[in-house]
Amino acid sequence: MGVRRRVGGFVLLVNPILCDGFGHCAELAPDLVHVDEWGYPIITTEPVALSNLAALESARYAVRGCPRQALRIERVHDAQ
Amino acid sequence: MIAPESVPRVLRHAAGRPLTLAQHEESFGPLAPGAPSLELLESSGLTGRGGAAFPTARKARLIREQRGHNKFVVVNAMEGEPAAHKDRTLISANPHLVLDGAQYLAGIVGARHVAVCVSRDDPIMVNHLQRAVHERDRHGARGISFELHTPPWRYVAGEESALVHWLDDNESLPQYRPRRPHILRIGHAPVLVDNAETCAHVGLIARYGADWFRRLGTPTSPGSALVSVSGAVARPTVLEVPLGVPVRSILERAGADPDPQALLMGGYGGAWLDARHLDVPYSEDALAPLGSSVGAGVIIVLPRAGCGVVETQRIARWMANESARQCGPCAFGLPAIAEDLARLAVDTPGARAAYDRLIDRCGAIEGRGACRHPDGVVRLVRSALRVFAAHIEDHARGVPCPASRSTRHYSAVPSLEREEELIWE
Repeated sequence: MGVRRRVGGFVLLVNPILCDGFGHCAELAPDLVHVDEWGYPIITTEPVALSNLAALESARYAVRGCPRQALRIERVHDAQ
Repeated sequence: MIAPESVPRVLRHAAGRPLTLAQHEESFGPLAPGAPSLELLESSGLTGRGGAAFPTARKARLIREQRGHNKFVVVNAMEGEPAAHKDRTLISANPHLVLDGAQYLAGIVGARHVAVCVSRDDPIMVNHLQRAVHERDRHGARGISFELHTPPWRYVAGEESALVHWLDDNESLPQYRPRRPHILRIGHAPVLVDNAETCAHVGLIARYGADWFRRLGTPTSPGSALVSVSGAVARPTVLEVPLGVPVRSILERAGADPDPQALLMGGYGGAWLDARHLDVPYSEDALAPLGSSVGAGVIIVLPRAGCGVVETQRIARWMANESARQCGPCAFGLPAIAEDLARLAVDTPGARAAYDRLIDRCGAIEGRGACRHPDGVVRLVRSALRVFAAHIEDHARGVPCPASRSTRHYSAVPSLEREEELIWE
């Protein structure tokens, strides 16, 4: 216990009701988030490995940088 | 007891006006006195009739397992589908059968309150239900209180999370539910939401049993269902049909055009069905491979003289206007889709570009709303692109059909309301 092993994956989730299309997430996590023609995020739905530290860090930046606090990271255990 | 092989079941004993409680109990017999049983509901195999066809027993079990003293059963008679008239027909025939079912469900999940929700824009329905609920309070149902609620009429107001949100003293807007199954709550109290027709079937299962219920329909979708047939028919009607009968036989009973071009199945968020498949059984599992569904029990008949693109465009435009405008992909995407369809419907030079854009936009919008409203429109548009492929090809080349210039339409889409006049609370 105490050590969170980097197994499994995570997904970045957006609450579409809170989201107002500021587009910060697409700049902070360009590998995970694209914006559609109206500026709302399209996020990759397949889980990203937690061992991919660069992706995890950028996802954390996106979560913190969202002006509407509409993003969150959810762990997925069944991946890998 | 109703003979098991005969329809109508829930619409039986329908007179000109709704049955009173005394008349109702005289014709159907009293509700079985024993304790309500979830096992009975489970073995009946009843699925929800509101559109999603979710097993009613599984939903009831989920709520029964929740803790709480003040659970609610919500009867959803909102009927946001403009083409559906089944709940209206059912309640004008026999509101007490619906309330019986709700009472039985309340017994199963341990609820004390039954909230009947009907749109306030339909004063006749409000009147019928008010009378029925009042009769219940005087004569029946010890320990369970019935109350009537009248949310505003919006397409998405009948969505269960929007309905429960409204009952919880908020606007009737759909809510974000990332984890399914999600327990809806009024305050802290868990809520079971069931369609009015589902409740009516529960009322009959409670009386006559699961085996009786299964004598009609197929093993996977047992029982009967109400179908609202409109479009190219002599008169728009609501019929009760056993599930699994050929779609053609439903059209015959409704007096519809015998040689239609296509059928819109399920409702405005449903899918077009090519007329080649008229002999497919009317059940979820037979229609699913064809990309169609029973949905809320709506069939709109499009004759050969009609234009599928124009009908789809009118529906999509109305659906775009009925968006709650909470989620970007729905608020901006649906008007964009409706706009593309409008370009495709008339011979503008941009028809080809609009067609390509439409496919991209459908892919971009799908699954990105909090509720399934945008997905329904995407489904409708995709099915239109598939079913009317040859027809759309003509439109895209800039040669629209003569029907697209006609002012005769087959889907009775309500007139658009201005955005600032939409009432949500």
